[in-house]
Amino acid sequence: MSGTGGTGGTTGTTRTAPAPHAPRAADSHTLAEATHLLHLEAWLLDHNRLTEWLALYTPDATYWVPLEAGQADPLQTSSIIYDDHLLMTVRVQQYADARAHARRPATRTVHQVSNVLLLDAPRGAPRGAAPAATANASAAELLVSSALTVVEYRLERQRVWGACVEHRLRRTADGLRIATKRIDLVNSEAELDGITILF
Amino acid sequence: MNRVEPTIHLVAPAARSAPAAPGAAELGALVRSDAVHHSVYSDPAIFELEMMRLFGRAWLLLGHESQVKAAGDWISTRAARESVIVARHTDGSIGAFFNRCTHRGTQLCHEARGNNKQFVCPYHGWIFGTDGALKQVPVAQGYGPDAGKQFAGLGLARLPRVALYRGFIFGSLAATGPALTDWLGPLASSIDDMVDRAPGGELQITGGVFKHAYDGNWKLMLENHLDGIHPNYVHASSVAASREAPDPGAPEKYADIAVRQMRQNGAPEAVWEATGMWTTDWGHGYMGDYHSDSRLVAGMNNPVFTDYRQRLEARAGKAESDRILGVTRWNSILYPNVSFMSQFRQLRIVHPLAVDRTVVYAYSFAMPQAPAQMLRDTIAFSNVVNGTASWVLTDDLEVYGRVQRGLAARQPEWVSIGRGAGGDVQEAGGSLRGASGTSEIFIRQQHQAWLRYMTAEGELA
Repeated sequence: MSGTGGTGGTTGTTRTAPAPHAPRAADSHTLAEATHLLHLEAWLLDHNRLTEWLALYTPDATYWVPLEAGQADPLQTSSIIYDDHLLMTVRVQQYADARAHARRPATRTVHQVSNVLLLDAPRGAPRGAAPAATANASAAELLVSSALTVVEYRLERQRVWGACVEHRLRRTADGLRIATKRIDLVNSEAELDGITILF
Repeated sequence: MNRVEPTIHLVAPAARSAPAAPGAAELGALVRSDAVHHSVYSDPAIFELEMMRLFGRAWLLLGHESQVKAAGDWISTRAARESVIVARHTDGSIGAFFNRCTHRGTQLCHEARGNNKQFVCPYHGWIFGTDGALKQVPVAQGYGPDAGKQFAGLGLARLPRVALYRGFIFGSLAATGPALTDWLGPLASSIDDMVDRAPGGELQITGGVFKHAYDGNWKLMLENHLDGIHPNYVHASSVAASREAPDPGAPEKYADIAVRQMRQNGAPEAVWEATGMWTTDWGHGYMGDYHSDSRLVAGMNNPVFTDYRQRLEARAGKAESDRILGVTRWNSILYPNVSFMSQFRQLRIVHPLAVDRTVVYAYSFAMPQAPAQMLRDTIAFSNVVNGTASWVLTDDLEVYGRVQRGLAARQPEWVSIGRGAGGDVQEAGGSLRGASGTSEIFIRQQHQAWLRYMTAEGELA
């Protein structure tokens, strides 16, 4: 009976943490490219340039903030955010609406991205699967792990978020773009006040 | 933190120095037929009294039996502000216990759920069975030759009353009071609606739990869930943004559920006016006659819905299935701690933490005998309506906080709940129906129940 969590909860399926994926030796150019994109994303979010932020994502992108630690599936378990490009667009449009009460005044944020590593296999690959035949087997995609700290401020309240983040980046005709982003907040299972920021 | 520490000002300045709890006359003066005194939402002394007299006497939903299916399964939750364990014993019985070692008071379970043969206190190793019985005390000879006698009565303290209604586990902190079925009254039919819609009557809580908190009184959520005026204002931004999105198509995608529901909040005023608003004794109520399956699941010809309907008919028969699916209720409220809805199988349990702080636990149900995609739709719906970062809920939470900050002001003294007053219609079966779907009858009824709990001496009747 040790562990974390508040009171109450569900009887769901047994949680199985995804198999960790080995960082790979990265050539400095690729690492710099990926890091630059992550820093650019953070900068756009911190400067409320959400339309440009959305343009960093591919049309088939998903943006996922799981509810549960080690959550394997976004369709059988709820998520704090699980957006496809359409829903990301709705979110950005809502942020711009003068009647978006929880977003007026807008929350100010600082996103700090660190510990950027290139990984060898996508998260969620079968445990023990050879880290090869997936996304970045083709040089067209990169799997990038990072640590994220966000400080947010709105209406006399400051909150701090910490998360492990994985981006799947894809080379497109327009340059390197984000195909998926998964943000595992360390306190995703906590009792939380409403969230009106993007991580 | 912008937490306001409200001053205690119960009724009149003279009452402020009185150490005793407010009496029935003082409490009675706080609720009028069309208004309620702001201190009911903002006075910490009243909140403390609510924990004793209202949450301390009402039936409170603790959980659902699908959370404690097997012997040794347990969940932890709250009753009022107190930590409670609900456990399934080896004989199949379900018990509810205060989450506290009877020795020195240590909390036994501090996770949300688990399965144990016994509960072992981490402090001095006392061991309790899943029926709460004290089974072992280390070095018991330290208590002398009559240790066994001393240990009698040191099993885990039980909640005075526990009762189930169709799988929903209720507990009461009071030893006496109305029986659960009497207390549920006509609102039992909303639970029936939830259960009957599941083929085979089988429901399973699954899919995670949102725990969304706000700086406001617990009543604010219950006063919002049947409110048909607020969607066009509170949710104006998500209505507008979702109208920009492409129309939901076929087959219905995950995102379509979100778009469809956000747009629903922008229904014309005439639609909300035509909604049915029913209330009953003890502050319960539900919204009906608005949301039908055809509006929510892309039409009755949706192949998933057709498959579901066939499975329901296989179990319940055609006529009974037609009756079940003809029930078009939206949110139902069991005052003071439950809000639920059947079409997407959502359950919200309200936990008051302080006069100006509340946390709501939002659960989803799967129907194990229904098509698998219906769980996907439930999850999509849960994310858009109950998600901590949802387009919809975040604006509700924002407004609760603003109401609470507004109510901290001493003037005006009264909160208006008079919309539709005087037009209530008494119906057969004990329900009172609002003059229209936007009547504030449900808030008035909640406050009448509040008075009944708060002023009753001795046993509730």
